[in-house]
This record gives sequence, structure tokens and C-alpha cells, in this order.
Amino acid sequence: MKTRDGNRGGIDRRTLLKYTAATGAAAATGSLAAPAVHAQAKPIKIGYVSPATGPLAAFAAADQFMLKQFMDATKSGLRKGNATRPIQVILKDSQSNPNRAAQVAKDLIVQDKIDLMLVGNTPETTNPVCTQCEIEEVACVSSLAPWQPWFIGQQANPAGGPPAWKPFNYIYHYFWGLEDVIAVFTNMWSQLSTNKTVGALFPNDGDGNAWGDKQVGFPPALDKLGYKLIDPGRYQNLTDNFSAQITAFKNASAQIITGVVLPPDFTTFWKQALQQGFKPKAASVGKAILFPSSVEALGRDGHNLSSEVWWTPSHPFKSSMTGMTARQLAAAYEAATKQQWSQPVGFAHSLYEVGLDVLKRTAEIGNSKATAAAIAATNLDTVVGHVQWNGKDVPPFAAKNVTKTSLVGGQWRLKAGNKYDIVITDNRTATTIPVGGKMEAIG
Amino acid sequence: MIGWIDTVIQGVLLGGLYALFAVGLSLIFGIMRLVNLAHGDLIVLAAFVILVISRALGLNIFVALVLAAPILFGIGYALQHFLLNRTLGRDILPPLLVTFGLSIIVQNGLLEAFSADSRRLDADALETASIALGGGLAVGVMPLMTLVSAVAVIFALNYLFYRLPLGRAFRATSDDPEIAQLMGVDNRRIFALAMGLAMVVTAIAALYLGTRATFDPSIGPARLLYAFEAVIIGGLGSLWGTLAGGVIIGLAQTIGAHINPEWQILAGHVAFLVVLVLRPRGLFPRAVD
Repeated sequence: MKTRDGNRGGIDRRTLLKYTAATGAAAATGSLAAPAVHAQAKPIKIGYVSPATGPLAAFAAADQFMLKQFMDATKSGLRKGNATRPIQVILKDSQSNPNRAAQVAKDLIVQDKIDLMLVGNTPETTNPVCTQCEIEEVACVSSLAPWQPWFIGQQANPAGGPPAWKPFNYIYHYFWGLEDVIAVFTNMWSQLSTNKTVGALFPNDGDGNAWGDKQVGFPPALDKLGYKLIDPGRYQNLTDNFSAQITAFKNASAQIITGVVLPPDFTTFWKQALQQGFKPKAASVGKAILFPSSVEALGRDGHNLSSEVWWTPSHPFKSSMTGMTARQLAAAYEAATKQQWSQPVGFAHSLYEVGLDVLKRTAEIGNSKATAAAIAATNLDTVVGHVQWNGKDVPPFAAKNVTKTSLVGGQWRLKAGNKYDIVITDNRTATTIPVGGKMEAIG
Repeated sequence: MIGWIDTVIQGVLLGGLYALFAVGLSLIFGIMRLVNLAHGDLIVLAAFVILVISRALGLNIFVALVLAAPILFGIGYALQHFLLNRTLGRDILPPLLVTFGLSIIVQNGLLEAFSADSRRLDADALETASIALGGGLAVGVMPLMTLVSAVAVIFALNYLFYRLPLGRAFRATSDDPEIAQLMGVDNRRIFALAMGLAMVVTAIAALYLGTRATFDPSIGPARLLYAFEAVIIGGLGSLWGTLAGGVIIGLAQTIGAHINPEWQILAGHVAFLVVLVLRPRGLFPRAVD
């Protein structure tokens, strides 16, 4: 790694002389010949980092489709002052690796000299990219990561609490937070008659530790609502055995399962639990059953598993960029990619919506302060709902940089041909989103 | 008490899975002293081959495995013949680096071909079937079949090694490649056959991995570590030792998890460390290297 960077950056005296002479000549003639044409043709550059390969690649499945939609919507360029400038998007692959994400973000900023950064898809992607943007002072819009790991995770002293946590100047984030998942899950459970005993599967990673946190996570919130939480402890991701957890849940006769689990781990757990004769009434898990393909992989045993829902085709919103409704967007995605829609599709689209809106309103393209001010002043109805950094329902320490979109709860229902559809079963957290059915107990 | 019995049963069954992961690795290392860092990714590749066959022809996965086995044998043979044989020599570093590169190529090739979606091999009702042992104890049918398969595979391989002419050639090449060549054994062909055989074992491991959990192109490397530990604990070159190694790790993990789930993985690694300290060459080393 080091040597390669060294080679790329290293220029010997001879090449340096050659290049400076050439550019000097070009600049001289250029400024004489036609300066106005050059100024007009200079594209506005957007940088976009996403995990196109690696374990998080499912999040990036919509990248090419969204890029095409954006390019179609902006092919005539953007009128700024009395010049029309084309818009260029530079996609970079983070390879699902935070270090790589930081590296490509830096390349976008330093080499490509982007005017705006867009980033999404889990804290492993958003955080390193946003941190680079904040350091290099480039405006950035971020989404698709719960706000706590995004905001607290980027603090110099994450354990310091609100007085030590500082707001950011150039990076802005929209998504939901842990408090919303807790509300959604408990609302769903309250529709069923259970003994209010909840078994928890929290892994030893960023998400698992946040969900299981004794101060801000599930334990205090469930305690307040009269639920009993059986938390056997943090397990390691990609384990092949959950017999200890299953025994603990059986002994406590838990009727509800929750957690934030990787898809292969949840399959291992769920199959092993059924083998051991443990079948809870409700299983609400984050992450594992986000994508329809993960639920399909469970065969018939995925029926009535529940999870948090951030976006579906039945959300009553439409795109500010293409005018498409959520349903039309999902249909266009399915037609173009031959894959079933998934929740990140709507948010990937909305990132471009917010990006375009910000560029339209920016007083001076290329001036990071002006761009950041334009982001802060956003007031836009997107395909995932209203985006405006107004501090609504966000604690004061994060109000400047974080805004929340709506979150509801849903259950996966088996339909013909071993395919699954998610049905919204609880909307008490966001009543504008229509429900499609009531909660049903598993089995 | 019941809890502890259950823990031990689950640990032994888990050991069967780890042993299956490890046998292919043990075979390759035992015969050609090649550390195959792509082993985990080859298991995932095999799982995709089984998946494609069973989906395309609408077959039960066990039948699909029978069809996939010769294909994977061919892939293994070709891989060794065209690529890995060229890297084998005095220095162990080139084959190590080549398999590392192979691991990345297989992962990204699968990602291009099959996308990042989670897949699983579908065994219908068998997946959640279990045998009740009384007292609230139950043994899953699939985990039990995993362990039985591991034992059967090792039986078959040992028969091949110690009863058949091909096995004699394998052992001879493993003991002294130069002398084996003098006796008319074509080492390169033997190596290619061994890799083909290892890929068949890999296919069996893939079947059980694919029914137990979901898999996607990136999941291979995580499975490699336990396989390595099982091979080392058992002693290099000993297949029964590999089974013992798998069971020791499986037991250590479930016992650790029974005390506290946070200790599950740690307990496996600690067991590995303890064996290394007490018996640096593993429990049943086959030959003096």
C-alpha cells in the first residue's frame, strides 16, 4: 500500500519540469483563446462512495440504476448564473472496508476536487467518508445509518456524553435512530398477547453494543414498558452455534426474540431454535431480514418474522427529481434490474434528490461553506419523506447535523412461489404511512 | 445437568461441521505441504455450484451434490494442474500468495456472477427436523448427518490412503517427493488428483454449510480459521486427528458459550493455544517433518 501511494505521488525532477512547462503553455494559450467556453463547460462534480463489493454489497445493488436515473434527470445540466454546467457523478467502491472508504473519499476530494459528497449504506461506509469530508472541509450529505452510530461514532470522545460532543460544520445526516426501532418493535409486540419476556441476540459489534447498551439501548427502554429482557451476552459474528442462547431463552420461556443479527447468523439461530423445539410468538430483528433475498433463504420458516421498515413502495411519497411515486420507483427498479425492490432503493434515490436540490440552491458551487449552508437550509419532500434539518425529535446536541425520517414496523408474509412481501403492521410511530395488516403470531 | 449434557452433544455435533471444513485442508497440506488460504472461498464456490445445479434441474440438494462432485473434482484438478503446480517448490511463500490471490478472485468472481444476495441450500422439512432424546433434549437431524458425514468421509479417505494403490502414491509423495518420482510416480498428477479429491470433500462441507446458515460470496474466509485450528490441533497429516481437532474446538466453543456467550469464540481459541503449548505438533502427528 505504502509503496504504491509513494509511486503515485512521487514525481522526479524531469517529469515535474516537463509537466509544469506544458501546463504553463496550455494555460497561456487557453487564457488567450476562449476562456468563457472553458468556464461554461466545467462540470459540477458529485462524489458518491458505496460498498459495491464485499459483505455489504447488497446495499449497493441499486447504485447503477440510480446513477442512470440521476443522469437522465440532469442531462441538460444545471443553470448557474448565466452559464449551464453539466453534472458529473464519480462513483467509488469502498469494498465494504472502512479504511478503503476513507481512502477513496480522500481521492475524490483531493484528486477529483468534488463539489459535493453523497454517501450512505451503514456506519462502516458513512463514518469514514464523513470524517474525511469534515477534515477536508467538503460538504457532504449522508444517510442509511442509524444516527447514533453516525453522530456519536464520529466524535473525538464517544464516551464523553453530550457536553463533550461537538456539532459538525460540513456533514449532514438523515435517517432514523435507535429510539425509533425500540418504539416500533414494542408497538408491534403490544399487538400480540405474550408473557412479555424477550430474548436478545446482540453481537459484539457496533450495532450490537449500541442496541444492548444499558444507558441508551434496549434494556432501559424495555424495562420501563414492563418487558423482561433475557440478554445472554455479546456473541461473535459468524458463529456456527447458538445452543447456549437457545437454552437460556427456553429456560426463561421467552416468547419474543429481538436483536441486530447478520443474515447467516440469524439463519443458523432460527434453524437451530426450531430443531430444539423453541418457537417464539414474535421475532423482530434488525439487519438480518432487511433484504427479501435473506428471508427467502429461510425457506418457509421466514413467515411472519418482523423488522423495522424505513421505506416501501406503499409509502405515500414521491420523488422531487423524477416525479415518480414510491411504487413507480420500485417498479422501475425491478424492471431494470430484475431484482425485487429493497428498502435501500428509496434512500439511494433520495440521496440524489437531496444532492440535486442542494446544488440548485447553492449560492456558489465549489465553496464548501455555501454548499453546507444550502444543505442546512434544505426543505424538500423526497421519495422517503420530508428532509429538513430542523432538529425535530432529535436531542439538542445532534440537532444541527441530524434529521429523522419515519420508521414503521412490518412483517414478512409468504406468498406464492416461496417469495416474500413485507406488510406494514404497525404505524403508530408515523401515522401517514398506511398499514397493510395486523400483527400475526409466528406458527 | 441436562443443560451440560445438551452442551456436550451440541459441541460434538458442531465439531463434525468444523472437521468437514478442515478435512479438505488437511488432505492438501498432508500431501503437498500447500497451505490453501482459498479453502473457505472454495467451500462457498462449491455451495454455489450445488445451488445452481439444484435450481437449474429442480433437484434435491443431495442429488445435486452427486452431480456437483465430478464438476468440482474437475475444477480442483485443473486448478492444481494449470496454476498451483507451477508455484510449488522449495519456497512455501509463492503458493501461499497465489492461494491468497485466488481467494480474492473467487470472492469477487462469485459476487459478479451471483450478486451479494444471501443464499441457502434448501433441504425442506429436514432442516428443522430433530430427534427427541427425552428430558427436553433434542438432536437436529442435519447436525447429526453432518457429524456422520464427517466420520464417513474420513473413513473413506483412510481406506483410500492405506488400502488402494493411489493412496500409496499419495503417501509416498507426501513422505519424499524426490524418491517417489524416482519410483515412477508423477508428482504433479498426484497433486492434481489430491486437489480434485479435496474439492469433492469441500462439496460435502459446502452442502452442510449451505443448509445450516445462509452464504454469500464474502463468507468464506471466516470459516477458514476454525478449519486451520482443527488441522493443527489434530496434528498435520492425520485425518482422524482433524476430526478430533474439530470436536475439541466445537466442545470448547459450546462449553464456553454455556458459561457466557461472549466466551464462545475465545474458548475455542484458548483450547487451540493450550494444545499448542502442551503438544506443539498436535495430538496425532502422522510423520516427522
